[in-house]
Amino acid sequence: MDTIFTRGPSLNIRLAMALVMSVVLIIADHKFDAFQSSRVYMNSLMSPLQYFANLPSVLLDVSSQRLTSREDLVEENQRLTNQVLLMSERLQRFEVLQSENDKLRKLLQAPVKKPAKKMVAELMAVDNSPFSQQIVINKGALEDVYLSQSVLDDKGIVGQVMEVGSTNSRVVLITDVTHAIPVRSARNDIRFIASGTGSIDELTLEHVPHSVDIEEGDLLVSSGLGHVFPEGYPVAIVNRVVRDESRPFASVTARPLARLDRLKYLLLLGSDEGQQGEVLPVEGETND
Amino acid sequence: MIRTRHYAIPLTILIALVLQIMPLPIQVDTYRPDWVLIVLSYWTMALPHRANVGVAFISGVATDILLGTALGVHCFALSLAVYILAANYQRLRNYSVWQQAIIIGLISALYHAVLFWLQHLLTGIPFQLNYLWPVVSSMVLWPWIFWILRKARRQLNIS
Repeated sequence: MDTIFTRGPSLNIRLAMALVMSVVLIIADHKFDAFQSSRVYMNSLMSPLQYFANLPSVLLDVSSQRLTSREDLVEENQRLTNQVLLMSERLQRFEVLQSENDKLRKLLQAPVKKPAKKMVAELMAVDNSPFSQQIVINKGALEDVYLSQSVLDDKGIVGQVMEVGSTNSRVVLITDVTHAIPVRSARNDIRFIASGTGSIDELTLEHVPHSVDIEEGDLLVSSGLGHVFPEGYPVAIVNRVVRDESRPFASVTARPLARLDRLKYLLLLGSDEGQQGEVLPVEGETND
Repeated sequence: MIRTRHYAIPLTILIALVLQIMPLPIQVDTYRPDWVLIVLSYWTMALPHRANVGVAFISGVATDILLGTALGVHCFALSLAVYILAANYQRLRNYSVWQQAIIIGLISALYHAVLFWLQHLLTGIPFQLNYLWPVVSSMVLWPWIFWILRKARRQLNIS
């Protein structure tokens, strides 16, 4: 009879080999980032499975689009037209302010901010491991997505690109336990670090002294420190401040503004890093 | 026919991988059963000379890449779980499907415990009790998977 014991190494040796190889893989991947370059190929190899897994939701989307009634479409059209009108009014004011801001910055000899390159991506899959909060989007290295590119939705910052495949890439959300984002309070410009907690609607601010002026309802925007996220995009709203004097720091939690549990369309923002040459064209700002 | 016979095991594992990563609403997602573990368990118990620790290791690498975990985490847990089944396959085969479901539940609990410990070591995640819902759903799912895969195995005459 052809059993496992009659060919190849015994089961115990196989187990020992598998466990040792797993531990080596874990250490190599987690501690030394040994697979950083080959991850692209591994992800590309596995992406057919992802597209396959995404098929039912794509089909549902298509059929629901086909089945939308005329009234619904008219209603949606109306709503979007209203929204465009409101937005374009705000845009007119914004453009005046922008040109004024540029002039003032030139007067101060500060570098003028160039608009960043933007790209719309669509959500492909949500990572279902309960230990991490990641999503997969349908743009990859072929569309010039790069590592640690910022990802936004219509309300605020969603996260950053953590792995790039050739046609899709993986985004780590700001609420993941391994993620932290530098922010500042929009009200008084105090800087904080907002770390993820692993639950989808909560961030915590680390190491906040009791004396700091922070209140419930404060808007936190990205501070641009660390050169990962561009400056000034909304991140979260402070929803709880507990100043317990028996603890070394105040415990402050915030709710992300991006609707992380119902993402559909995302905006990829090219940062200054990618276009370094065009960002610093103003001369004479270097030694000021 | 010969082709499907040869590719049946990898094919079922691929289907399990697809089911494992299929996007679901967040309310249902918590209860997602461990598809890969269940399918591997069936093949290990039915044909331990075809599928055992090596196949589990390879499926683990695929799971790690698809789920974006540190490479090796799922390999470790899957190899360990499949080893326990492969070492006791003769005894487990004689159990009724319901007893097997309980064993699968225990194996799945071990699998999730190992996954949690490894990831806790790596990233310091806190434990939440909903991490253990897949244990229940895997137990419920086992009889059906057992029935379907046994039917497939007998029809295609895989050995």
